[in-house]
Amino acid sequence: MVSVHNRKFISADPEKCVGCQICEYACSYSKEKVFNPIKSRIRAVRVNQVANMAVTCRLCEEPACVAACPRNALSQSKENGSILIDKDKCNGCGWCIEACDYGAMMLHPETKTVYTCDLCKDKTEGPQCVKWCPEEALTIVTSDVLAQKARLSAIKKLFNEKP
Amino acid sequence: MLIYFFTAYTPKFVGGTGLLGYAGKVLHVNLTTASSHVKKLDEATAKKYIGGIGLGMKLYWSNSKVGVDPLSSENPFVLAVGPISGTMFPTGGSGHAFVSKSPVTNLLGTSVSRGTFGAEFKRAGYDAVVITGKAEKPSYLWIDDDSIQILDASALWGKSPEEVEDAIRVEIGDFYVRVASIGVAGENLSKIACIVNDRTRVAGRTGLGAVMGSKNLKAIAVRGTMDVSVSKPDEFFSLVKDFHERMKGPAVQKYRTMGSTENLVHLNDMFCVPTRNYNDSHFQLAENIGSSVINERFVVKIIGCNSCAMRCEHEVLVREGIYKDTLTRIEYDSLWAFGPNLGVDRLDVIIKAIERCTYYGLDTQSVGGVIGFIMDCHGKGLLKNNSAAVLLEELGFVPYFGNADVIIPLIEHMAVREGIGDILADGVKVAAEKLGSDGDDVDAFGSLAQHVKGLEATGYDLRCLKTTALSVAVSFRGADHSRSGAFMLDLSGKVDRLKAEVGRGKLVEELEDIYNLIDSFIICKNAKGTLYKDVEDLAKLYSAVTGKEITSEELKLAGQRIETLARLINIREGLTRKDDTLPWKVLNQPITDNNCPTKGQIVTQEELNLMLDDYYTARGWTLKGTPTKKTLQQLELHELKNITITTKKEEG
Repeated sequence: MVSVHNRKFISADPEKCVGCQICEYACSYSKEKVFNPIKSRIRAVRVNQVANMAVTCRLCEEPACVAACPRNALSQSKENGSILIDKDKCNGCGWCIEACDYGAMMLHPETKTVYTCDLCKDKTEGPQCVKWCPEEALTIVTSDVLAQKARLSAIKKLFNEKP
Repeated sequence: MLIYFFTAYTPKFVGGTGLLGYAGKVLHVNLTTASSHVKKLDEATAKKYIGGIGLGMKLYWSNSKVGVDPLSSENPFVLAVGPISGTMFPTGGSGHAFVSKSPVTNLLGTSVSRGTFGAEFKRAGYDAVVITGKAEKPSYLWIDDDSIQILDASALWGKSPEEVEDAIRVEIGDFYVRVASIGVAGENLSKIACIVNDRTRVAGRTGLGAVMGSKNLKAIAVRGTMDVSVSKPDEFFSLVKDFHERMKGPAVQKYRTMGSTENLVHLNDMFCVPTRNYNDSHFQLAENIGSSVINERFVVKIIGCNSCAMRCEHEVLVREGIYKDTLTRIEYDSLWAFGPNLGVDRLDVIIKAIERCTYYGLDTQSVGGVIGFIMDCHGKGLLKNNSAAVLLEELGFVPYFGNADVIIPLIEHMAVREGIGDILADGVKVAAEKLGSDGDDVDAFGSLAQHVKGLEATGYDLRCLKTTALSVAVSFRGADHSRSGAFMLDLSGKVDRLKAEVGRGKLVEELEDIYNLIDSFIICKNAKGTLYKDVEDLAKLYSAVTGKEITSEELKLAGQRIETLARLINIREGLTRKDDTLPWKVLNQPITDNNCPTKGQIVTQEELNLMLDDYYTARGWTLKGTPTKKTLQQLELHELKNITITTKKEEG
């Protein structure tokens, strides 16, 4: 199993995210060949004009969604930590949706099974939302690197260096 | 449900069924009978009128009678999106257009807004909705894909658009419901009321909020869950990629960085900022409210509309003082309306004024125009023996230019039509008539009301921007710089801005056509600079999305067709050449500022006549401004020719 330290997930920088929903379009098109936010694995959330952020699967350690599934339809990929869904076992009961604190697990409008971010592992160029985000607000990154970045930017601010 | 609806009109597409450009459906809602039905949108009509304002005008034309009162149940109200709506094309996902007869001009009214509402409406499976009749009690229209309901809005009456949006989301139980709503001003039938969506996005001009109010229609709420697809994905995505790059480049840098408020400094340097209701053309205090101050001290975030890769919406927050915590959006036009136009240099008040206008659902530019007018009336001593004087005295303030303290109370009074507010709530033209009828000063008041066709003037001094002056005079919706963007020609020096000459008509015509297409596709005017090849770029986009080949020439024709259709609607409603005029001061009061290099400038009636002749000729209209038979035939509008014949008979 890939260690939680090496697990890369899609992170949105709320400072940079402008709520344009391009990630939703890129995702739904990449996965389903249509533009439809309700078929996107990543969702842009605008609470008000100044509070914008896109949310998707965090690849949690001991993921609550996997634990919640009574039919063993969910498991965590040993390779990259993403959540694998056995569509044959999933009956759309929604316990994993309730269990996820981030709203990253969703029920598909047509298949009636759950789906979530798979990090576009079939794409050589990586996650499509990251590729298309015009604000460079999305990155595929580990928690450790996020922490490094946060530290750097805090210290730069302290010394009035350019970010 | 999904398949049931779309197999009928659109082909199957890889990965499922999807809307390819057009949904192929127009929803018709009758509020009087609380009924609705769907009509097919045929391909020929779609291609002819494109979508957005073009399609909206066509639907307005087909569903309206001549000479109806804009605020009666007989006036149809159209909401339309375009073939690009709901796709990932940058700024394509965001727009929606309203079309109806405007209560402020009594002519064609159109207004486009952005945000997320248009894309949602498209995904509900419609290209347009035509709303007729009048609801028995306050209602809102709930479009949930193919389920159409007219729901009770009694509890929403009196609330702001933002409150309405929140309340409807709670009532329906879906955070992603998108709402376009009127405020108190629309309920009170203020002829300068607007329609607000996504909290800060506004279909501001021509008073269409009052049309909704007159129908007891507080809001339109929409949730769309259907797929939108494109016909040629490879071509489409290469266009998207290309435009993402263009949007990072110099063409839209202003919008990405300082925002449209940067215009103020440029325009002021060129002495073409109408100041104190057109008394001057240069605002000496402009630096105090310039974009650098705005960005340093007030901007807290720049956000984007749906699908936009340039994002330009500057959110401003007042951090201290009596208006502390006011959060809204700022653009040049609103800044001008409450700043230079009123001689005011207090950004906290300007920001509060914009926020209050959005709260009450009033068009900032028209409101600024009205307050500038009343300040001018005061300055000229016209309010002494007038009922307005008593009403103003009751309020305890004196509306002199620069008095920032009167702005917010005046807006509040206009929204609820209290006291002086009732006189001002219908725009400058009505206000001048009301005040003038009190005594024998009709002309004195009229000369201070800066409008064209009833719609208030905007922040470009037309006396020294003569191509812009022509474009504003002929704009089908009244005083408005954004029907052609001709100011770019004047400001960039591509033409001599102080000269009225033959040739300007053609320039304005070409720009209008492109703007008509932009508002019909619908994409964003702020991103116009990224259309390096104008119509050619649009033709590529149209084909990639719809799969229907269209040439640049066909698209140009469509742009001309939309303008001429607007003209036909206006002629039908009684417009003649004499309505293509300019604000009184532009024609009669030269720039007097001694420091101003454009001192003495004015647009004379002769200059205007010359440019009008030139423009009409370029359009293929007679010198009376009526489209000729030949032009109608070229534009395939000949089935509408009866209108020109009828008009002539009426004139004779």
